[in-house]
Amino acid sequence: MSSARPATLFIALLLLCLAGLAGALLVGSVSLSIAEVINSLGGGGTEPWRTIVLELRLPRALAAFSVGGLLALAGALLQVLLRNPLADPYVLGTSGGAAVGALLAMLAGLSGAALGGSAFAGALLSTVLVFGIARRGGDWSPTRLLLTGIIMASAWGALIAFILTIAPEHNLRGMLFWMMGDIRPGDLPWPALSILLLTLIISWVLARPLNLLARGELQAITLGVSVRPLRAILYLLAALGTATAVTLAGSVGFVGLIIPHLLRLAGARDHRVLLPASVLAGGALLLIADTLARTLWAPQQLPVGILTAAIGIPVFLFLLLRTRAEVHA
Amino acid sequence: MSRLSIQNLQVHIGTTEVCRDLSVEFEAGQCWAILGRNGTGKTTLLHTLVGLREPQAGTVQLDGMALSAQPRRSIARRLGLLPQDNHDAFPATVLETALLGRHPHLSPWGWETVEDHRLARTALAQVGLEGWDERRIDTLSGGERRRLAVATLLTQAPNILLLDEPTNHLDLHHQIELLKLLSRQAQEQHKTLVMVLHDLNLAARFADHCLLLYGDGNVCAGPCDSVLETPTLERLYSQPLRMVSDNPPAWLPE
Repeated sequence: MSSARPATLFIALLLLCLAGLAGALLVGSVSLSIAEVINSLGGGGTEPWRTIVLELRLPRALAAFSVGGLLALAGALLQVLLRNPLADPYVLGTSGGAAVGALLAMLAGLSGAALGGSAFAGALLSTVLVFGIARRGGDWSPTRLLLTGIIMASAWGALIAFILTIAPEHNLRGMLFWMMGDIRPGDLPWPALSILLLTLIISWVLARPLNLLARGELQAITLGVSVRPLRAILYLLAALGTATAVTLAGSVGFVGLIIPHLLRLAGARDHRVLLPASVLAGGALLLIADTLARTLWAPQQLPVGILTAAIGIPVFLFLLLRTRAEVHA
Repeated sequence: MSRLSIQNLQVHIGTTEVCRDLSVEFEAGQCWAILGRNGTGKTTLLHTLVGLREPQAGTVQLDGMALSAQPRRSIARRLGLLPQDNHDAFPATVLETALLGRHPHLSPWGWETVEDHRLARTALAQVGLEGWDERRIDTLSGGERRRLAVATLLTQAPNILLLDEPTNHLDLHHQIELLKLLSRQAQEQHKTLVMVLHDLNLAARFADHCLLLYGDGNVCAGPCDSVLETPTLERLYSQPLRMVSDNPPAWLPE
């Protein structure tokens, strides 16, 4: 791959992230000027703008970025692991497990950190179950893993329906919002940001072997990749990333499936480029979507999942139609 | 020069016995053809030779050391496989695909250098895909993909090349061109070739050694001159044959 095109891609994505961040800090129920935002970020500024920027908008923006980045990265990793372009972070049942954990916590009247902890525990439980069941045959092929994940997701789906049926009326709205994907004010972004950085660094080190694994297990092994440990690491990274994102924001759909494809269509096929680009693009998409979600219908807040779809689908369709036209030309 | 050898090898697939107590030394510069009916375990044997599956008994040795005791990266620098088929799940260009062959030679952190690009382009030119660098692989024909897979193996540049039906999908001209290219490399650079072939006449023309798999555990291995006899081949394929030429030997089915 020539070096000029990835550089252009990264500059464009960084600018998009900066624009998204600026929008997230400037726009809201109180519109701030650029000077006020910069002053507050620099440690100065006056109240209440300082509190709005540093304690409300910045943490929320970082949380949105982390969730988008984690989902896009997890999607890219799972697509290689399962050798299936249709894989998304939820295909292994992680989000279902998290949802059951979160809904049970809501039933018990928990909120905040206890709710998050319960969702994370549900996500990890699902991950361990799928991995354990798929591995029992000794050889966990992509098909076996995928089937196990789909079965597990259906099981969680039935449990979710059951919980929604027996849940008291006043809990239902909160539960539905949680499942549609929603960044909440007051979410702490730092754990998610650290996990994002960690999973990105580890998976980037493995990016060249990933290029080979994408061509098939046989090819990867005969070209010198130790496939078994690589697949185990991929699975754990993707599961950890998804669990973190789901805990923070519920099941935000669409990002993990579409962002890696969008970038592949734009020419980022080498995983050394695709993985970091997915983090930036997924992060930017969620930053922008979240800003729109809390401003478009203000004071009513829309679930961010609606906005990621509303922005992402037209962009994706445009790129898809354009590439088809090029191939036929 | 790398040496591949098998000692007292026993391989099964399900209830089929591929070989028992088989010992062979694949010497540098030799070209081996593996022949046999469908389902006798030719691919399985090749996969055992490259360490993709463990034999039921016996050992495969590369440079005097058991294959299973060596790291994959180190094996991949000396021993390469052309798989029977490639399935492409994700988009890629021709040059990117050929460059994958450099993986075992690069440091874990390294990126492909100008030299790696040169090697990949040379390999692409050798299989007649010169100037196709930016073509997407999903726009290639079956035969073009096959030649690209060969170019990836040549870019990997191992001393021992295991090829599973290398002439698959190739037209008559490209079958001959490919086998000429490979046997020239074997002679000039002292490489070892082990090929699964279905075309008896191509095997007789290009290989100097043959390994016949009967599918019942019996194997006949040795120089082509002594192994490729009409009665032996009729028994191998359960098919009456008529020899139509002596040099190179060629047969037609009756």
